[in-house]
Amino acid sequence: MAADTRDAPADSGFGQVSRTKDIAFRLLALAATLVGIVSLAALLANVAVDAVGWLDWGFLTSPPHPDPYEAGFLPALIGSIAIMLVIALITFPVGVGAAVYLEEYASDGYLTRFIQLNIANLAGVPSVVYGLLGLGLFVGLLGFGYGTVLAAAFTVGLLILPIIIIAAQEAIRAVPDSQRQASYGMGATKWQTIRNVVLPRAMPGIMTGTILALGRAIGETAPLIMIAAPTTVFGMPNSLFSKVSAMPLQIYNWASYPQTEFQYGVVAAGVVTLLVVLLTINSIAIIIRNRYQQRT
Amino acid sequence: MSQPDFSHDGIRTARGTAFRYLFMLCALLSILTTVAIILTLLVDAVDFFAQVSLVEFLTGTRWSPTNEPTSFGVLPLISGTLAVTVGAAAVALPIGLLTAIYLSEYASERRRAYLKPALEVLAGVPTVVYGYFALVYVTPALDTFLPLSTFNTLSASIMVGIMIIPMVSSISEDAMSAVPDSLRQASYGLGATKFTVSTSVVVPAALSGIFSSFILALSRAIGETMIVAIAAGQTPRLVDVTDPAGLFLNSIQTMTAAMVQIGTGDLVGQGPAYKSLFAVGLTLFVITFVMNLISELVASRYREVYR
Repeated sequence: MAADTRDAPADSGFGQVSRTKDIAFRLLALAATLVGIVSLAALLANVAVDAVGWLDWGFLTSPPHPDPYEAGFLPALIGSIAIMLVIALITFPVGVGAAVYLEEYASDGYLTRFIQLNIANLAGVPSVVYGLLGLGLFVGLLGFGYGTVLAAAFTVGLLILPIIIIAAQEAIRAVPDSQRQASYGMGATKWQTIRNVVLPRAMPGIMTGTILALGRAIGETAPLIMIAAPTTVFGMPNSLFSKVSAMPLQIYNWASYPQTEFQYGVVAAGVVTLLVVLLTINSIAIIIRNRYQQRT
Repeated sequence: MSQPDFSHDGIRTARGTAFRYLFMLCALLSILTTVAIILTLLVDAVDFFAQVSLVEFLTGTRWSPTNEPTSFGVLPLISGTLAVTVGAAAVALPIGLLTAIYLSEYASERRRAYLKPALEVLAGVPTVVYGYFALVYVTPALDTFLPLSTFNTLSASIMVGIMIIPMVSSISEDAMSAVPDSLRQASYGLGATKFTVSTSVVVPAALSGIFSSFILALSRAIGETMIVAIAAGQTPRLVDVTDPAGLFLNSIQTMTAAMVQIGTGDLVGQGPAYKSLFAVGLTLFVITFVMNLISELVASRYREVYR
């Protein structure tokens, strides 16, 4: 007993339990949990207030302009959506393919572990470095052109690919093994089992992960700067080789303007638009996830 | 994971084999990406080091890639990056750890169900938006009681810190949830309060996971670009550790912000200023890659322990 009281902190001894400290710690931990959420909410409230009067139909449907009252967001909005669609077309099949291989085919050997570790590491490579990869590989070596839709989509696509693979792997892993065994029992081949049983069951999870990754892609700025995407364009992209801007790039550009009309008006409107698009994308992902959860 | 192979039953088709290799190719693409990153960085960095010596790059104390006389010492950028990282760590590590303790030990199931996604929102906000917040709202707010310059390390650090809170909290919480309940029960049985159980049992038991989350979060802070490019400014200078106030109140330049500055400039072609982009990128990649690897290895160790 003597050893117990010496090892344990004083407040844990019988008869002298400190409820005050316990409650104080509980409140401290709760306060810490709320710090980030509350500060973000406060900043969002600020930007929403500032955007009032600036975020209107004219802002959403006109091109950028040096006069803050004329400035619009349309080319950046369309640019972001165009880049995102191409990214989805490129990354979805590759990401799902890689996940299927790792979960269904690969044995538990060194190569698989190495690929897995490598994917985890790729997810942590700074986005600005992916920009340099895009600059060297897609702009330099393959000649997609500085700041084109295609160069932007490939660069940001590689950036979000690890996220899609990891999400797809989790979705595939969640398919119960009994269903695969049942399929094999019916005489199906491995490929038939994957196509008819595993993928349909995993699809809602894969879709959710992909859409969330696309949401991440829409906010990426640094890689686009590195592949020399223009921070402001005035026209719409009309081919894969058009120079393209994106919402975050346009916001970055506007934020460097000294006029308060830009700092507290136009940029705020741009930020709100970007966040609304992002929120819409994430809500779609959540709706898909909820539908799926209710069904099972 | 892997399914029994029925190939010896003779029902494996050529099509199945083709798909197997196609999927394998997709998985190998991730390794190709890593190789491509290293090659692209190396090729141009080697060019750069043919014009500027490695020693000058790593030990030089002045970074001035475009203004004559040019100078390519990376130390001011590294020290600027460290300053932001230290500032962000001061915000994110204690808050993230306390958050993880709250979510894992105190929060009810219901409360956790909405606090966790709310925290994840923090990581989902585009960093350009955080940069704008820091420049336009945080700096003026702090300026009312601190002698801040328009671009400063403090606002940028706070914002980077807020951004990485969920990285610390979610991985630490996973590690704490993996601590077996029997350890908690044993401690309660000795009459310990929840405070003692959390800080003297759960946190030490989950230490490797917590450590791994810290490294990962710091790696994110080092690689974070837009917040520092917008809010911390473009003033490369060697950090003076004896004057932390002067450091945090004034503008600095990080490695990533220097890359953005060169990237948005009109530099193209073969000059050392343009090539320095890849040398800085390589430095950044090596630092973050090593940190991510350490974090991954530490995390996989604790996963084994309680399985």
